[in-house]
Amino acid sequence: MSTEQEHPKKAFGWAARDSSGVFSPFKFSRRETGDKDVMFKVLYCGICHSDLHMAKNEWGISTYPLVPGHEIVGVVTEVGSRVQKFNVGDKVGVGCMVGSCTSCENCTNNLENYCPEWILTYGAKYYDGTTTYGGYSDIMVANEHFVVRIPETLPLDAAAPLLCAGITTYSPLRYFGLEKPGMHVGVVGLGGLGHVAVKFAKAMGVKVTVISTSPNKKEEAIEHLCADSFLVSRDEDQMQAAMGTLDGIIDTVSAVHPLLPLIGLLKSHGKLVMVGAPEKPLELPVFPLLVGRKIVAGSGIGGMKETQEMIDFAAKHSITADIEVIPMDYVNIAMERLLKGDVKYRFVIDIGNTLKSTL
Amino acid sequence: MAISPEEHPQKAFGWAARDSSGILSPFRFSRRENADDDVTIKVLYCGVCHSDLHFAKNDWGFTNYPVVPGHEIVGVVTKTGNNVDKFKVGDRVGVGVIVGSCMKCETCQQDLENYCPRTIFTYNSHYHDQTKTYGGYSDIIVVHHRYVLRFPDNLAPDAGAPLLCAGITVYSPMKYYGMTEPGKHLGVAGLGGLGHIAVKIGKAFGLKVTVISSSPAKEDEATRRLGADSFLLLSDPAKLKGAMGTMDYIIDTVSAVHALAPLIGLLKLNGKLVTVGLPNKPLELPIFPLVLGRKLVGGSDIGGVKETQEMLDFCAKHNITSDIELIHMDYINTAMERLAKSDVRYRFVIDVASSLTQ
Repeated sequence: MSTEQEHPKKAFGWAARDSSGVFSPFKFSRRETGDKDVMFKVLYCGICHSDLHMAKNEWGISTYPLVPGHEIVGVVTEVGSRVQKFNVGDKVGVGCMVGSCTSCENCTNNLENYCPEWILTYGAKYYDGTTTYGGYSDIMVANEHFVVRIPETLPLDAAAPLLCAGITTYSPLRYFGLEKPGMHVGVVGLGGLGHVAVKFAKAMGVKVTVISTSPNKKEEAIEHLCADSFLVSRDEDQMQAAMGTLDGIIDTVSAVHPLLPLIGLLKSHGKLVMVGAPEKPLELPVFPLLVGRKIVAGSGIGGMKETQEMIDFAAKHSITADIEVIPMDYVNIAMERLLKGDVKYRFVIDIGNTLKSTL
Repeated sequence: MAISPEEHPQKAFGWAARDSSGILSPFRFSRRENADDDVTIKVLYCGVCHSDLHFAKNDWGFTNYPVVPGHEIVGVVTKTGNNVDKFKVGDRVGVGVIVGSCMKCETCQQDLENYCPRTIFTYNSHYHDQTKTYGGYSDIIVVHHRYVLRFPDNLAPDAGAPLLCAGITVYSPMKYYGMTEPGKHLGVAGLGGLGHIAVKIGKAFGLKVTVISSSPAKEDEATRRLGADSFLLLSDPAKLKGAMGTMDYIIDTVSAVHALAPLIGLLKLNGKLVTVGLPNKPLELPIFPLVLGRKLVGGSDIGGVKETQEMLDFCAKHNITSDIELIHMDYINTAMERLAKSDVRYRFVIDVASSLTQ
């Protein structure tokens, strides 16, 4: 059955059709709004670096055609008969997941993101066996459990990236206790994840040092993002002077990079939390871990309850992503620029105004 | 015999390694006068820790020869300084890995002397007076009372000696990383000096314990003798796969370079892998599984004095001692060769008082 006929509601988006990762218009369909589903018109969708990895099948798990996008915001157009949390006209968002088993220990503890049967917003198989398609499209249908409310005070376009980048950095700051006023946290990498991490940490009252390989990001970090200090990771003198000063580090870098200097920056009992995911293993020096009782941990997005909490926190502190709004047909160029890190700091597709069916 | 360059008033005798061959031989030296805060201890027993071998052979590159190893010391108090009220002559006491620290920093104030930037180790360090510290392969030792442990009466002094390093090395991370909830599942990687005590302490905490090893021969030992609930052979792919995602925590005692990926795979969500062994090269750490399971890899390094006392009292309550092979001082070089091949169940302990003769 063709993607257009699979489901009753016509849908339109842009898809990558093979591992070249090049996007083009794509007609498909969405399921009927079930009794617990919310349908919404997509207004904006952030471009996450994962979208690029998946479009090019860099993780080896992509199925084509692939409609990415898991930083989706829009306006509710229809709600199922048993939907309690949302009404038509509400501003809502969907992040990285649209389903989970709902009964395992993780799900019942609001940790749907760690459910072994979690269903990703795109490129996965839904309960009915059909492929999930993401937010580079005109409409979305999602179970209300996986939909978050976007408060009125948050501009929708700049809020979209919070649905992945935001929760990815908020969750470990809370879980690993790096949120207490007066603490000193490092953020490695100043990109989509990193710049949001700086904003959240500052809002939590934490002193922030940005650690980067690019000296030219210093002004941005300090003047614009209000980081307290900046370290060039390749400058041995700077790194040496900062040894043993950080309670924690959020490492957003997904390229392979050395951990030893970062471990050295931690105070005793400090925590290095990886939220970027290099595909190859990194070298872990054990001695410094031991003598300082330090840890290296990972963290992946967050559960739905925490995602809503993060959005509400962002609204309270007026935190949004720094974005470059683009029309849908700019997406291929955007991907090329994203690959080179040429964006401050997230592209957001203006779906509502620019995604038009030309087929 | 060589005489130590430092001149202290109390004569002392021990065995020292003089170069990176690691071969130990008789060594005359001296200990400082027993000051107001000090306790002088006649050494009865001293455990042979694998670190002693590493230091003797300068494996870590910072041995200062001659080195008198030994940091699992049990003995009897023979002198106490004027400021000492916790101990009296005749008390049975222990000394572990540290004999000094700055005592003023935040870390020391929190009873974490082992993480003080100016920790003074029982051997191969320099004391406050700049003289070298010498360890427990010797007849007497003089220690500041803050770093001396009360050795429980009901613990055998020979079999209890290894607790002073091996015991605290596994007890401390088990407490710090929260590995103490009865019913949870602990994996112990490596069954040697550290590992066998981790099994015993884990069982005393009410945990389910699985020994993880690459030696099939250890299964019987692990389950029948040490009381582990199960045994996982790393080289059995089917068993390894079946155990994935089943452990709440793992204490990794292996000091050879080894793969972390399978161990991380054994952890449940939020699982913790704590490494207490010291490979001399970095290990490969796969990041994806950490991110997808919010898992962590942590380190831990012995424990503070207060916690060491707590550990000794815990072991006394639960009758936990090390499984030892008691040896004479002059067997030490053979013991070191056997230790290098892991040919010991599970700690050599030197009967210093009976066999250290000039």
